Amino acid sequence: MKQSVNILLSFIAILAIALAAAAAGRADAPGWFRILPYAAFGLFLAGFVYRVIRWAKAPVPFRIPATCGQGKSLPWIKSNPLDNPAGPLGAIGRMAAEIFLFRSLFRNSQTEIVDGRPVYGSAKWLWFFGLMFHGSLLVVVLRHLRFFTEPVLPAVTGLSALDGFLEIGVPALYLSDATLLAGLAFLFLRRAVLPQVRYISLFADYFALLLIAAVAATGLLMRHFFPVDLNAVKTMAMGWATFAPVAPKDGSVILYMHLCFVFILIAWLPFSKLMHLGGIFMSPTRNMINNNRSLRHINPWNTPVKVHTYKEYEDEFRDKMKAAGLPVEKE
Amino acid sequence: MSLAKIPKPEELMKIGYKPPATAWMKTPVDFRPGTWSYAAAAKNLAALDMPNPRAWQPSDSDWKLPENWRQIILDGMKERLEKYRSFRLFMDICVRCGACADKCHFYIGSGDPKNMPVLRAELIRSVYRRYFTKAGMCFGTLAGARDLTVDVLKEWFYYFYQCTECRRCSVFCPYGIDQAEITMIGRELLNLIGCSINWVLEPAANCFRTGNHLGIQPGGIKDMLEFLADDIEDRTGVRVDVPINQKGADILFVTPSGDYFADPGTYTCMGYMMLFHEIGLNYTFSTYASEGGNFGLFTSHEMVKRLNAKIYAEAKRLGVKWILGGECGHMWRVIHQYMDTMNGPADFLEEPVSPITGTRFENARSTKMVHIVEFTADLIKNGKLKLDPSRNDHIRLTFHDSCNPARAMGLFEEPRYIIQKSCNHFYEMAEDTIREKTFCCGGGAGLGNDENMEMRMRGGMPRAMAVRDVVRKHGVNRLGCICAIDRVTLPPLMDYWVPGVTVMGVHELLANALVMKGEKERTTDLRGDSI
Repeated sequence: MKQSVNILLSFIAILAIALAAAAAGRADAPGWFRILPYAAFGLFLAGFVYRVIRWAKAPVPFRIPATCGQGKSLPWIKSNPLDNPAGPLGAIGRMAAEIFLFRSLFRNSQTEIVDGRPVYGSAKWLWFFGLMFHGSLLVVVLRHLRFFTEPVLPAVTGLSALDGFLEIGVPALYLSDATLLAGLAFLFLRRAVLPQVRYISLFADYFALLLIAAVAATGLLMRHFFPVDLNAVKTMAMGWATFAPVAPKDGSVILYMHLCFVFILIAWLPFSKLMHLGGIFMSPTRNMINNNRSLRHINPWNTPVKVHTYKEYEDEFRDKMKAAGLPVEKE
Repeated sequence: MSLAKIPKPEELMKIGYKPPATAWMKTPVDFRPGTWSYAAAAKNLAALDMPNPRAWQPSDSDWKLPENWRQIILDGMKERLEKYRSFRLFMDICVRCGACADKCHFYIGSGDPKNMPVLRAELIRSVYRRYFTKAGMCFGTLAGARDLTVDVLKEWFYYFYQCTECRRCSVFCPYGIDQAEITMIGRELLNLIGCSINWVLEPAANCFRTGNHLGIQPGGIKDMLEFLADDIEDRTGVRVDVPINQKGADILFVTPSGDYFADPGTYTCMGYMMLFHEIGLNYTFSTYASEGGNFGLFTSHEMVKRLNAKIYAEAKRLGVKWILGGECGHMWRVIHQYMDTMNGPADFLEEPVSPITGTRFENARSTKMVHIVEFTADLIKNGKLKLDPSRNDHIRLTFHDSCNPARAMGLFEEPRYIIQKSCNHFYEMAEDTIREKTFCCGGGAGLGNDENMEMRMRGGMPRAMAVRDVVRKHGVNRLGCICAIDRVTLPPLMDYWVPGVTVMGVHELLANALVMKGEKERTTDLRGDSI
């Protein structure tokens, strides 16, 4: 019940943003759209930096990598430098595998009780759709750079051409748009349908997916069904980029919605769980080198503690030690 | 002994993974007998100068908390958010993807959704959001935040003492979020107001005073070790020395006290003593540092340091060159990941070099403490030991990777190398249940007590079922391990789920096969079973 409420509320929230954007479009929106991008981007930058500094300010008192392969020990034992890094290269490799390939998620399995015993089946779907979603999102973001530079960077043009190589429809459907939506659909349905995942899900978990889906959906609508004046959009975006914002001309309702969803997404990102984008780089169980016994790690607040000294110990047990014939410091 | 009745295996196996109808924040904790551990006795809190010593039990409605308990916890959280990047980060970046959910042995064995690592973390994360984030302050439940109440505190106690800090979830988490870290800090917070379990604090108090968690006094340790030497002589005809508190020894040997106190750990200890005798190692036991295991790890970082300090202090007092450590799980988490940082630098010791093979243990050059399986594997590789694996032909062995050597060190091949050289019948369990994916015994982190037996059997079920598979496939009858807690908790687990399988340390296996100079013809193994 509670979970359904969260799903419902996140839909309502998305709808409310859409309506607000539409209303703004009818009213004196253009003025707003000279300020909003800066406000959103400012919040994004400030929030992102704030969060990263917050994490960075907390020290890492102990070296606690989670080791997922053979460590480096005796020279004739083959170690696993990626899953159990012994040096900086290994740690960089491990992080790259996590960030670009979702290495840990690739291990995912699914536990079921079959014939009175647990069975661990392969479950790569979360990894597959998760990677597809994140990769597609990256491509979509990069493609949008074409609105912010003149001339368009060749790499961006190339990427867009590659992305649209299937040449379905006019204008061509971008592959990344389709895979982005497919990834989102999988992640949302998985969350809403699987009882365990549904049980742990919060409002923000649904809202984040729906918000990105709303950005993608309005973008697709503009590209394929309700075309907007791309030159005007580019003029507007270039205006933002050159700090000479101009009001959008004849902005369509869909464009306002698209922009509002984007602004909310980037402004909210640093304050939400989406900040895993920055956090993953700082996770001490993943980014640390397992050289604990060969190189001393320093804890900046290594607080002194009360210990039980050998002297106190011998003072209590001296007679018993002597009786047992054990050597003592003080006869 | 607990009066709780443990259901039969068939009953216990009826596990449902469907979450309850009520939302988790609205599902109160149920202290069902058999699933929790008794509260720490006042005398043990007092012995360690810890706050709020009193008589109480978790099943009481009044936990006799200090009046300002909420403030103490929140202040403690604030302090730890500033001191541990891990804690703050793990509070912030979870996306609740659920990849960790069915990786926890307690969840697999109980179906209780709060045993999913993600939800165990949300128990504390929800409080973090309420008091430390703007969204939580403003939007409350909608933002996944909730007030810190006595009921929430009880939930923390129940579920943070239903996590064995095994780190299996962390292997599968895309961000490496480590529930062990969260549990450790959760337990630290509970300790600030005197809420701990006796199976952790009594061993900790004993370690502090007597040097070992069983509270054995110096004479007792000597008697136990002499007794083991008698048994060795009986089985092999060789009399081994028992050096204790010897200044001038090359090496200080530290092992968990379970090894010289209780079967089947004693056979492992006999194995160490036979090995050291055979290679002529100049070593010593210590009565002051007579415990490798560190029950501080299940209490607080401060307690880890207080108990661990003895090892370096004793090494310094005795003037040894370096330290050798016995087979133990969480002991090695502490030695590998905490000791040098907390109590180092050990600049009064030498870089460890094997006096027998001349091998320099480069991986331990700062800590100056070597794991015995590293030491022994090197001996075998260099041909320094004569082994007759056929003496272990009555044993059909499988090997349980202990959580901490697996996921905090990556110690996989060394024990396997010793096993391969010491016996002829070795069979691995299924891939999903060994090495970095190994399953906990269900009784680590201080939960291996009798009153918690049902939960132990549930938590140990995935391990036991993997053993059962190799029993059926290969006729396995022995479960090897390199952890003293395993040697105590796995036997009842096997008796419950897979009767007929017994438990041994790797050095017991080795010592069975070890051909000693001047030995009589061996007719039995170390246990006295004929070979």
